[in-house]
Amino acid sequence: MKAMKLLSLSLIALLTFSACSSDDDAPELINQEEVITTLNVYLTPEGGTEMLAFSYNDLDADGLNPEKTTMPLSANTTYTGRVEFLNKLEDPAEDITVEVREEGNEHQVFYLPSTSLDLNTTYLDTDVDGNPIGVEFRLQTTTVSNGILTFILIHDGNKFAAGASEGILSDSVGGETDIEATFDVTIQ
Amino acid sequence: MFQKFSLLLFLASASSFIFAQDCDLSISGQIIDIHNNMPLQSAVISIEGTNTVSYTDENGYYEFKELCESQLRLKVTHPYCVSATKSIRLVEDTQINFRLEHHLEELNEVLLKGKLYNADLNSSISSQIKSEELDRFSSASLGEALESISGVSSLNTGSSIVKPIIQGLHSSRVLIINDNVRLYDQQWGEDHAPNVDINSAANVTVIKGASALKYGGDAIGGVIVVEPRKAPIKDTLMGKTILTGETNGRGGTLSSSLIKSKSNGFNYRIQGSLKRLGDLRAPDYQLTNTGQRENNLSLGIGLNKIDYGIDFSFKLTNTEIGILRAAHIGNARDLVNAINRQEPFYIDDFSYTINNPKQEVTHQIYKLNTFKKINNIGEASLQYSFQNNDRLEFDVRRGGRSDLAAMDMNLKTHTLLAQLEWTEVKDFNSEFGAELNAQTNFSDPNTGVKRLIPDYEMYSAGVFASSIYEVSENWKIDAGFRYDFSNINADKFYSTSRWRNLNYNQLYPEFEVEDFGNQILTNPVFDYHNFSGTIGATHIFKNDWKLISNISSASRAPNPSELFSEGLHHSLATIELGELQLDSEQSLKTGLELQGKINNLGFSIQPYYNYIKDFIILEPRGIETTIRGSFPVYAYRQTNARLFGVDVSASYTYRNFDLLSNFAFVDGTDLDRNTALINMPPFNLSNTLTYTKAEWKNFYLSVNSKFVAEQRLFPDNNFIADIVNTSTGNFEEVLVDISTPPEAYHLLNFRSGIEFDLNSNSLSIDLIINNVLNTRYRDYLNRLRFYADEVGTNAMLQLKFNY
Repeated sequence: MKAMKLLSLSLIALLTFSACSSDDDAPELINQEEVITTLNVYLTPEGGTEMLAFSYNDLDADGLNPEKTTMPLSANTTYTGRVEFLNKLEDPAEDITVEVREEGNEHQVFYLPSTSLDLNTTYLDTDVDGNPIGVEFRLQTTTVSNGILTFILIHDGNKFAAGASEGILSDSVGGETDIEATFDVTIQ
Repeated sequence: MFQKFSLLLFLASASSFIFAQDCDLSISGQIIDIHNNMPLQSAVISIEGTNTVSYTDENGYYEFKELCESQLRLKVTHPYCVSATKSIRLVEDTQINFRLEHHLEELNEVLLKGKLYNADLNSSISSQIKSEELDRFSSASLGEALESISGVSSLNTGSSIVKPIIQGLHSSRVLIINDNVRLYDQQWGEDHAPNVDINSAANVTVIKGASALKYGGDAIGGVIVVEPRKAPIKDTLMGKTILTGETNGRGGTLSSSLIKSKSNGFNYRIQGSLKRLGDLRAPDYQLTNTGQRENNLSLGIGLNKIDYGIDFSFKLTNTEIGILRAAHIGNARDLVNAINRQEPFYIDDFSYTINNPKQEVTHQIYKLNTFKKINNIGEASLQYSFQNNDRLEFDVRRGGRSDLAAMDMNLKTHTLLAQLEWTEVKDFNSEFGAELNAQTNFSDPNTGVKRLIPDYEMYSAGVFASSIYEVSENWKIDAGFRYDFSNINADKFYSTSRWRNLNYNQLYPEFEVEDFGNQILTNPVFDYHNFSGTIGATHIFKNDWKLISNISSASRAPNPSELFSEGLHHSLATIELGELQLDSEQSLKTGLELQGKINNLGFSIQPYYNYIKDFIILEPRGIETTIRGSFPVYAYRQTNARLFGVDVSASYTYRNFDLLSNFAFVDGTDLDRNTALINMPPFNLSNTLTYTKAEWKNFYLSVNSKFVAEQRLFPDNNFIADIVNTSTGNFEEVLVDISTPPEAYHLLNFRSGIEFDLNSNSLSIDLIINNVLNTRYRDYLNRLRFYADEVGTNAMLQLKFNY
């Protein structure tokens, strides 16, 4: 009978303990740490000043209200470009570009102009293996044209795949897409 | 013996003299062991209230002669059996057969609740897997073991996460009862495997319908009852150790259990298992990051005094499962590439390391159970259980966050269960019960990732009553009813744009608590009332064939995932949205079973028809483009659904050969849209030919052929996505085929073994080879079928030591 008493006592204790462990406090707001809400592409023409050429803001990070801005480019111009990834859900906004650079051998940005758009790009930075990361690049426009330009950030792809270091995103690069943003571009 | 016989004669003649009636009636019959259908010798049959007794001969037959027309009650006892009684009105020569529980391990199930779940009792359509068969799955999972039952398939995520499907339904629609505790282990997720150590089970029963109301009223699909090995009431020490090594995954499982019991009813039990497997291998390549680790433990201590008892048990399962690396993708373009690629993108050398993505799940069950037999009523029992489920999901993350779980969810469930079994009314066996549940879910905010399932509290209460009435020796009818109430109170952050997009700001303004700009805190509260019931009849024909018919209705409230989920699934690159407006779904299922024997041919045919009102389905609803690219959006909808099908199993014995065939067919239709339901198991047929030779140390050799047809009944969920062509930079419309099921496949499996007796112990050695021909195939019911083939040949060597 003593065992019974002990058991029932521990049962009551357990019930009470667990009943108290759930509290009615509102849950904590989670600041999503890893999300990239914003892609900014800054371009500086030779001898000119830097401009925010393309910007994609997805502040909910779920695609319902994305905001896109784009600036026209000048024909026959060489731009120095840099890509910036931000998490604006943090205050102040977190610069994810730092992480992308630090883990450069796991990341690569690809720039994909459509066939009608007369521009080409070259990488200006390298990771520890000597492969491009693509956060810094050169963009050269030629004739007046229209088209689209897509920026893709690949995570954990095969950066040694044939053509990858020239910016060719073939299937053998693989990996998973962290960012994929497309802009309408006018070269005038 | 002679004395008793003369006594019987004397009594018989005496009574005939006194009442001067026709006293030349007889009762005869056979006593059979319910487990192996073998006759039981030396069982004692007595006529209660008299000194009349009879014993069974070596063939299990008994006979009473020269009885008078009267109302009498027969009682059968046997040293190793639970005794049985039967009342009859004797008016003519009568044959009564008894089927007794006789099995050392299972007899002892007299333990706590008096008996194990006896599916024979009411009109449940059910099937069971026994201890010996389960042992062969020591290194596998519950889901894989259950696939050997016709009508049970599995929904897989890779090859380690296996969820049972009963007659086309799974997850929240299938209740899993582990040692009389209903599992609450976030069972809503399709990639959440049940937290049950198969090595802790002595037998597993699958009830194909909602007829087992005492376990819950929401078994739209069915109930799986897992029962552990129990302690006998005698002085003994029983143990079993199984060691399994396997080539595919280069690892294995060690499982051991020990039961110490005394004749005074005191007993304690300990059981544990360890499993280690590295990367599995498909016929052509390594399945990178598919290793798994499992550590399981169960402990129990109890006192069983036959008319009262108390028992405490603790169970722990701890699993770490790697998810195929190639199945973690970014967006719809990645998905298209993966489908076209035909083989996984990430293929590395074999490794035991489990990297991200992976799951780490710990489940604990504490249970305290008491019972007391009450004179003139029956047995009352009270059970309290506490379950603690911790689920960590690790993702491929940036910035050194890979060691931090992307999802960290904790589900705590308290359950109080009171039951009364009322057996004292003649020919009636009734059960009444009440259940109280309190559940809290908590997601750790430190993950830095949006909660997939919000924090919530849920309270539920249920009451049930059921009764079995034995109309005559050949007819039994049963009926039951259950009512459940549940209240769920959640605290959920919606992204503000999603809240508005779903029009919830108009529909549920009362739920809004605080607007944080991008996110809005809401407090959805819902009540659900669910009614369920069952009615059925069992008839045993003169030739011993048995017909069971059952109609049951189950009612299931929407689960937290269906209500609240909101987020991205990396394995299928889909955005999944819950729906607050969901109501309970209600099923009406009719099942029949005819089982019988024609000479050496035994068969069981189980047709069924299940109509489900307001069936909750997840289906694609458009495409959203985010900064990560485009994703198909999946949302919940309610429809009326119909599932019908048939499960057949047949066995044929010829000399030392035994042929066992199982097949199952199910058709599931969304009646509102007149389309097939997703993830319905395709037609499957399994044939096993076994040769046994008891004289050669119980040698057996068996070859199994398993055929799974191509599923032709599937909904077209394909979608057209605008995907950038990475060589031209232009967008192209691409049809993303996520619907077409893979081709039919056929597998050959092999099994052989012998058993040595060592004093009172036994050692058996089994060789099991699955997928002998290293067949390359994909399975429709594997959620990762887009990324890789199923595993290839796996040879296992198993040593089992019973002591």
